[in-house]
Formats: sequence, structure tokens, C-alpha cells
Amino acid sequence: MAKKANPNAPMNKQGKLAYTWHMMKVNKGCYGLLLPFMSLFLVFTVIPVVMSLPIGFTNFNMIQTPTFTGLSNFYTLFLNDDTFLIAVRNTLIFAIFTGPFSYILSFFIAWLINEMHPILKTLFTFIFYAPSMTTSVYVTWQLILSGDSYGYLNAILMDIGLINSPIQFLTDTNYILAVVIIVQLWISMGAGFLAIRAGFQNIDKSMYEAGAIEGIKNRWQELFTITIPSMGPQLLFAAVMQISSSFTVGVVGQNLVGLPSTDYAAHTIMNHATDYGSIRYEMGYAAAICFVLFAAMLLANKGVNWLLGKYLD
Amino acid sequence: MARRKKKHVDIEKLKVRDKKRRVNGSLGGDIAIFVFLTLLGVFMIFPIYYSLIQSLKPIEELFVFPPKLYVLNPTTRNFSDMFKVAASMWVPLSRYIFNSVFITVVICVCNLFVCCCAGFVLSKCKFPGDKFLNKLIVVALLFQSNATWIMQFMVMSTLGMIDTYWALILPNISTAMGLFLMRQSMSTIHDSMIEAAKVDGAGLFRICWQVVVPNSKPAIMTLIIFAFQGAWNIQGGSLIYSEELKTLPTIVQQITMAGLARQGVTFASAVLLLIPPLVVFLIAQSNVMETMAHSGIKD
Repeated sequence: MAKKANPNAPMNKQGKLAYTWHMMKVNKGCYGLLLPFMSLFLVFTVIPVVMSLPIGFTNFNMIQTPTFTGLSNFYTLFLNDDTFLIAVRNTLIFAIFTGPFSYILSFFIAWLINEMHPILKTLFTFIFYAPSMTTSVYVTWQLILSGDSYGYLNAILMDIGLINSPIQFLTDTNYILAVVIIVQLWISMGAGFLAIRAGFQNIDKSMYEAGAIEGIKNRWQELFTITIPSMGPQLLFAAVMQISSSFTVGVVGQNLVGLPSTDYAAHTIMNHATDYGSIRYEMGYAAAICFVLFAAMLLANKGVNWLLGKYLD
Repeated sequence: MARRKKKHVDIEKLKVRDKKRRVNGSLGGDIAIFVFLTLLGVFMIFPIYYSLIQSLKPIEELFVFPPKLYVLNPTTRNFSDMFKVAASMWVPLSRYIFNSVFITVVICVCNLFVCCCAGFVLSKCKFPGDKFLNKLIVVALLFQSNATWIMQFMVMSTLGMIDTYWALILPNISTAMGLFLMRQSMSTIHDSMIEAAKVDGAGLFRICWQVVVPNSKPAIMTLIIFAFQGAWNIQGGSLIYSEELKTLPTIVQQITMAGLARQGVTFASAVLLLIPPLVVFLIAQSNVMETMAHSGIKD
């Protein structure tokens, strides 16, 4: 029906629909170019994210057909699963340290680097970005933090005389969380850092000159009145990157202290989902966990957008 | 120091006195900043530097305690030992290297292709649904593959892709981040160029690949770097069971698990994994910076 509609015909009830259809036909080349990206994107990003809710309502073990169980998965998750609550707590702790803390640190470092000689600039950018490119140097951290007296950190602390016997950094529940946070911070300066770092170069130099004439006194005043407000877009991008990585921490802990860690001391939501999804094959439950995680990420993103938007405008 | 010099030129133009402008910009402050950054930088680079050093140490130096931060007689023995250790395994090391290289190349090429096409359309064309897709991409930035992989696993097992190359390659081709960076960078290209090409009778595909893509070289380099980093570090995890399809990171992890007794080999394999992304990034660093400058999210 829509096919026959003439775009030049006077607008009737279906006019808008027909017009849209006509525009779609005219621009079919656009859809053709979008097709390869969008088809893979749909299958591997949209469907996994969207399907996490309906599958969360079922009991699914990958072999039998899923059976509908209503809210029971979510019910168990929040009321009966103590490990999940530990995981939520740990994830929030991780999110605070590798989120806002690392975000502000990235900004601060990028700001300091920005005023240096170009060669130093490149060098420092490389140094700070390099850890996020590596996934294989856990072994160095394992050496440093090793639990016997030959672990480097233990050896140093014992040499100074701060401790008498080696500390089990990777298995003692008092230290696991702190250790994983430090290693996580170490690799947290990724694309967001690069975006902020590049954002500094974008700022119109004449703004600073105008600021100087207007009587800006020092670097701090310049930072808060000129630099930050004109870097809004980059800051938003970096925030998204930071949220995405800080809510899904887990791989580092998994490699460093094992899955599950002693007494679940470094267990995150992502670890919990991995546990149920790829070890126990309780996919319905894993999907419910993922859905909660996705919802939390979206919420955090909305919150940050609102906060930054308020400040930047 | 150079900053002071550069600012000085700016200021001279305006005839405002330098000293008055830079209250905190003292030499002492500069030195303090430099020291602070250097200390933090040492912390950041130390584990990487130390892996490199350990991998070059001969066996007599490896287990000296306290450990040395330099190497007296550098040797490549650890690297040749690595191949020997791997030779006793089910599958030779070269197969793992081949897997990693193959996957990385395929992902980089495909990622570049789909992101260029889609980025061009989203940044330069108007069609029903474009606004929705643009918004979708920004939201999708949140859901990188480390968040979605468990649900992806389910999709892939339904499609029967588990334990094939497809499971490693396909999920990493359409990255929201790649499309986003491409779109941002392409939207800075002037419309008149595209109009001119249209007048000359070029189709959309030709405009994309002969006008727009050649003009966004920095973005392409950046995309390759990010795709390379991601692809090179892919661990099969629970997606791959066959030994001959596993990638280099998986095997490095297995060697690491063997314990610290084989330290030399462990570090050699870690370095083998570590060096390519670092080198690629260092070479193309300026391109990355140029692209990331356009990466902002505007509402």
C-alpha cells in the first residue's frame, strides 16, 4: 500500500508514513552501506543486551528449552544470594576507585602533560597509556606481590623492618581487594585518557589570551573557567568509557587472585555472571545478573550525563 | 620550559607582561610537576619494563636475589627456550602465533571496512532513522564486549559458532567505539567535497571510498590501532575448546600457570604478546591524538 503512495500527493493520514517510505527508497544506498555493520552489531551487541531481560525470566541450561520461571531469578538474586550482594558491594568499591578517582586522575595528568615540550608529551602519554594495552604482565605483578618472602614487596617491607613475616597479598582477604584495585587503576587509563588528552589540544588558544586580558590570575582559575567548560564533549566521552570499564571489572581479579577469590573478597558482578554463565551453565540466572549490570551502567551513565551537563552549561 | 617559551610568544603579541600572567607558572612549580609525573610514570611503566628485562636475563641472573633492575648479559635464550617448551606441547607455538595473527588481520580489515561504510553514512547522509542510529551508537559505547560476552556466548552457541574462528572474529568486527570515532572524524570533512563528487556522478560507495575515506587517514590509523589491540589480546576463554584454534594470549596464560620456576620463558612469552601493540601505538601516536580530539559526545 505504501509503495504506491505518491510523495507529491497532498498529505493525508498516511502521508507521513508514505513520505518516510519514499525517503527510505530514495536513500536505499545508505542502508546498503550500513548493512554490514548493523547486521553484526545487531547480533553481537543489541540482541545480547536486549535479550538479557527475557532470558532472565527463565531457567535455561543451554541444552533443554528454557522454562519460564517468572521473577524467581531476580528474587533469588536480591534476597537469597549472599555472594551476589558481596559482588555488588565489591563492584561499587571498584567503580568508585576506577571510575571517578581514575577519571579525575586522568584529567589531572592530561592537564599536567599538556603544558610540556612535545617530545615529553608523547613520552608521558605513551607511558600512561601503555598499561591499558597489556593483558599479559600480570606475571610481573604476581612476582611483586608473591606471598613468600621472595615476593618483591614482601622482601622490601621485611628489609625495612615494617613486617616480620611475609603477607599473603593474593590470598589474604584483608589485602585482595586493595591489590586488585591498584592493578585495576594501573590499567585504567585507556581511550578516555587519550580523549581528554586530545581535548586539551582542541581548545582555542585565543580563549586563554582573552582570559589573560580579562584578568585570570592563575592556572587553577584558568582550568575551571576556561579549560573544563570547553572540553565538555571529550569529558562526556571519557565518562562513558570509564563507566563501561569500571562496572565490568573482573578479568584482572580473575587472572590475579583466581575465580572465585578467597572468601569472594574480590568477587565482582562480572565474576558472578562468569561463574554462573560459563562454569555452571545456569544461563537464565547469568542473564538476570547481566541485566542488573546493564541497568546499573545505563543509570550511572544517565547520572554522569546529568551531572556533567549541569556543570558544563 | 618550552611551555613558558610558547606562552611568552603569545603574550608578547598582546603586550601583557609574562610575570603578571603566570602566578603559579614558576620554575619551581614546573619542576614539582615534572617530578610528580615522573614518579607516577615510573609506577606505570615499571611492570612493563621489568618484564622486558626479565625476558632478556640469562638463567644465572634471573634468580638473583634481591633482583636486579638491569641486565648484564642480555640473551635471547628465553625466546628460543619458549619455542622448545612449546614444541613439547600438543600444538606447536607457531600455530598459536598464526591463529593470533590471522584473527588480528581479519578483524582489523573487516572492522575498518564496516566502520568506514557506516561512519560515512551516519555522518554525511540524511535518511529516515539516522537520528535514532546516531543515538544508539552513543549508548552502545557503554556495552563493550567485556560486558556482553556472556550473553554473546549464548547467541553464538545458538548459532553454532562455538569452537570455530567465527566465535573469535565476528563479535569484534562491529565495534561501537570504531564507528563512533569514524563518524566523529568524518563529520569534520567539508560537505562541498561530497557535493562535488555527487555532481561528477559518483555513487555513495564511490564517494565513501574515494573521497571521504582517503581524507580521514588519522581516524583509520586510530581504528587500526584499537582493533589491533583488542584483537591481539583476545583470549579464547570458553569460546574455544580445540587446542589448535587457541590464540597466543591463551597459551601465554598457560605457560604463566606453570609457575615462576620457568620465569625466563614466562616473561619471554609475555613480552612477545606485549611488544606489538606498544610499537604500533608508538608509531601512530600522532594520528591517534588527532582522531581522539574529535571524539567528544555532543548532545
